[in-house]
Amino acid sequence: MQHSPSPDAQPYWDGLNTGQILVQRCNGCGALRHYPRPMCRHCHVFEHSWVPLSGHGTVHSWTSPQRSALPDLAGAGPFTVLTVDMAEGVRLLGALAAGQAPGRLAIGAAVQASTVLGATGVLQPVFRWV
Amino acid sequence: MPPHQPAVASITGVGETVYGRGPSAHSSLALQLQAGLAAVRDAGLQPGDIDGIVPSSVGSATAEDFIENFGIADLRFSATVPMGGASAVAGLQLAAAVVGAGICRHVLLVVGRDGRSGNIGARLSATPQFRTVAEFETPSGAFAPVELYAPMARRHMATYGTRSTDFAQIAVTMRQHALGNANAVMKTPITVADHQASRLVSDPFRLLDCSLESHGAAAVVVSARSTAGDLRQPQVHILATAEGHPDSPSTITQRADLLTLGIAKAADRAFAAAGLARSDIDVATIYDCFTYILLCQLEDLGFCAKGEGAAFVQAGHIALGGKLPVNPHGGLLSQAHMVGMNHIVELVRQLRGQAGQNQVQGARNGLVTGYGDLGDGAIALLQRG
Repeated sequence: MQHSPSPDAQPYWDGLNTGQILVQRCNGCGALRHYPRPMCRHCHVFEHSWVPLSGHGTVHSWTSPQRSALPDLAGAGPFTVLTVDMAEGVRLLGALAAGQAPGRLAIGAAVQASTVLGATGVLQPVFRWV
Repeated sequence: MPPHQPAVASITGVGETVYGRGPSAHSSLALQLQAGLAAVRDAGLQPGDIDGIVPSSVGSATAEDFIENFGIADLRFSATVPMGGASAVAGLQLAAAVVGAGICRHVLLVVGRDGRSGNIGARLSATPQFRTVAEFETPSGAFAPVELYAPMARRHMATYGTRSTDFAQIAVTMRQHALGNANAVMKTPITVADHQASRLVSDPFRLLDCSLESHGAAAVVVSARSTAGDLRQPQVHILATAEGHPDSPSTITQRADLLTLGIAKAADRAFAAAGLARSDIDVATIYDCFTYILLCQLEDLGFCAKGEGAAFVQAGHIALGGKLPVNPHGGLLSQAHMVGMNHIVELVRQLRGQAGQNQVQGARNGLVTGYGDLGDGAIALLQRG
């Protein structure tokens, strides 16, 4: 798919390229935030650092599209997209990794995040059961 | 109870084309001109009387198109509201403010679609409001609205025990209503079993949880209240309007609470400004892009407590004859998807007593909502004059 990373998020995308999931930490108040954006909503400081997530999380919700309207995923069959509460307090969205039993889907289920180059040709977080 | 704020604006005209499925024989612009002209004439106005235009952010027609085709000599105002399905009702707020400020006398709001706009996910991805979803989520497969909203419904089910058969009850009710509306696209009754047998689209949403792809156009005229008494139709006043934007409007994923829509922030404001209680509402048209979104709004609007939407629906309250008849026209689920402008048209007809077979007898106070993509919701409370 055509994909245009924003300049504000370039370190996030660079991090995925090295297998790390980086989120912003405000240099003013220390709050973590995701998705990447220019300013801290709490203290309105622009300066920030990038810190890696541990990858530990629990399922907040999910959906399983039966077929995608995205051309890259059109023939892929059903897949599952998870919304995950990460241990550090931010949320991630990403697919349940191929081969992971969908029968274990439940809110609160523990997952481990990693990164994968998916069928859309874009690096993304992906989750496995722990 | 008298309004707490003086109503400065009235809806004086409504118009619709015939709705259909698949590509229209007409352009989106031609459809919108038809609906716009119908609304203007319904009000007893001439096209040149329109001095403000709020074209839909979804419909692709512009104020310039209306100047050219209506022959408007001196258009005084135009703007577009980029709130997706909330744009029509948020547009009422804008139009009411504009006539209240004395900028215009008659503002036309219009939406239309020709059935050739292609994939909705692709259309939304190109909008600035979807920039964050497009950059961070769509590469994982979260693309179409059904895929973005389904996690909210899934979590509601897990938290409150809401079932797919509760969503089915909404779909069945909307279809029953559509059967009494000659201008509804869907003509055959459905059962809960039909809903349960319809194909899974994006768990937990089945095909019959999803609104229709349809073509046509709808329009309303908002006029300064001082002019409404001189026009053709029974008066319908805009008592109060409100927008409610969610925390983390750029993505649903990052919302602390997936189960409360931004429209919840608008509900108390709107009712307080109108001086109305929930129990004063005789008929409601509630944005129903998906069954769950209607259920969630029943809670967020304060018609029942959070988590009790399913019980409210199963008690039959939203059906014609129930205590809160919702979408007598059949809604987006079974009439047509006119991005909520058809919800305003229907509510005005109900309050005028012109809703035909599905008329709620004696309807005096009405509520209409819009729910839009990520910008979320808008409410208007209307009252027969």
